[in-house]
Amino acid sequence: MATGKPYLSPGLPIPVAEPDGLSQPYWEGLRQGRLLVQRCKACQGWQWGPEWICHRCRSFDLDWVEVAGKGRIYSWERVWHPVHPALKDHGPYVVVLVELPAADNVRMIGNLLGDPHQAVSIGASVAVAFEHHADADPPFTLAHWRLA
Amino acid sequence: MAPRTLRGRVAIVGIGETTYYKHGQAPDAEFKLALMAILNAAKDAGIDPRDIDGFASYSNDRNDPSRIAAALGTRELRFSNMQWGGGGGGGSAAVGSAAAAVAGGLADCVVVFRALAQGQFARFGQGPQAKTISGDMAFQAPYGLMSPGQRYAMKVMRFMHRHGVKQEALRAIALASYHHAQSNPRAVMYGRPLDEAKYDNSRWIVEPFHLYDCCMENDGAAALIVVPAERARDLPHKPVYLLGASGGSDHRAGAPSHNVPNYASATFASVAPHLYAMAGVKPGDVDVVQSYENFTGGVLMSLVEHGFFAPEAANDFLHLENLIAPRGKLPLNTSGGNLAECYMHGLELQLEGVRQVRGQSTAQLPKADVSMVISGPMVTPVSSMILGSEATL
Repeated sequence: MATGKPYLSPGLPIPVAEPDGLSQPYWEGLRQGRLLVQRCKACQGWQWGPEWICHRCRSFDLDWVEVAGKGRIYSWERVWHPVHPALKDHGPYVVVLVELPAADNVRMIGNLLGDPHQAVSIGASVAVAFEHHADADPPFTLAHWRLA
Repeated sequence: MAPRTLRGRVAIVGIGETTYYKHGQAPDAEFKLALMAILNAAKDAGIDPRDIDGFASYSNDRNDPSRIAAALGTRELRFSNMQWGGGGGGGSAAVGSAAAAVAGGLADCVVVFRALAQGQFARFGQGPQAKTISGDMAFQAPYGLMSPGQRYAMKVMRFMHRHGVKQEALRAIALASYHHAQSNPRAVMYGRPLDEAKYDNSRWIVEPFHLYDCCMENDGAAALIVVPAERARDLPHKPVYLLGASGGSDHRAGAPSHNVPNYASATFASVAPHLYAMAGVKPGDVDVVQSYENFTGGVLMSLVEHGFFAPEAANDFLHLENLIAPRGKLPLNTSGGNLAECYMHGLELQLEGVRQVRGQSTAQLPKADVSMVISGPMVTPVSSMILGSEATL
């Protein structure tokens, strides 16, 4: 599911892959509305964020696998004090750390859509929401979360 | 073969600092601040600064030992050491490195120092300003997760949720630092007390941290001098021996994007047992603790992981009366620490740990034979150390 108006004010740093390309499949996946996680072809273990090697079996043979965008809130915070000029007049916003049961509970960071003053519960079920910035330079997509 | 330990092998014989300033207000260049702190430590130790033959620091301190050695005219440079990673988590590790160099014969007189003039360079508490971002920060900054406080708040939120820790427990940690700063003329917050109402009414920075849960950002420098234990007995001050030092982090603490397995942690789960084993003491033997407050929630988890109380007992233990000198159960941050003395990237805590053993603190305990310093919670690597008086050897 895609979002409407961006959750945070424009002007924050735009995510791009590293020069070595490690996370490029992830960012390309988001642009297509697909949530990709690294999985080891040798031991089938999931890992996040991306790395060049499987931390379980030391295989370099890693795959990118699409996972269901369903998770649980593992932790959260409500930010009040802006540390970036783009957020100076934005007001509070909620950051969540979401674990993905479909990928061995790897955790991903995003914003929790909805009222920034809402009560947030650790353990609550959430679903991914893609926020496309097709007109940005370079274009990019973020993966947010909303209560399921 | 002798046991591999630093216990009792070296002593801290000199401590020194500059005036501590609010960030951006130091009248002197950062390099000059470093020199001033080192000279003050040498003077305190009663040694000729030309006899310093080694330097140790952490967090990519900008003041290069070769330049310092040249500027001070030291006779020779034998040890030039930087603890890699972890920011303020390197404070006790730098002392451990200095001690290892002295105990192992690599150098005879090593200064551990940290100098910061955030007004002359970038501030820690600001987000990245570049147009694009890659690597691990690309998974965080576009969601408004950028500063250290924002990076660690979710660890503390999870810990508080899991163990039912209340906001009042964090408040007590902040109150203890401010309480002690009121008797410390060096402290930036000297003359600016904090009470419960002022804490409760202060703005949120990022939940669960109020303004007073967050460290200051300051300018200044601090230094201490490490020599072999046998030499310490001939120097002016009561020797303060290193009983143990330990640094590092447990399994995959550096996992990307908040995926460290032991997430709701100050990172000392594997570090603290090594520290106690080397020092040969137990938590109950520790008289006084300086515990790095980047944020009060990190102190909460540091104290738990060093065995002072169980997580479930945090609400009962963390009351102001338990945390203040001279008679609290566990006097904490007796100079005012990072919250209220100075954010000297934690090295002011090492100096205060020394003062307590010497009997020179402005919030002195009647007996402080075993004095602990904990550096840099929630980062990786972290480190901690235990100091002791002659009676502990």
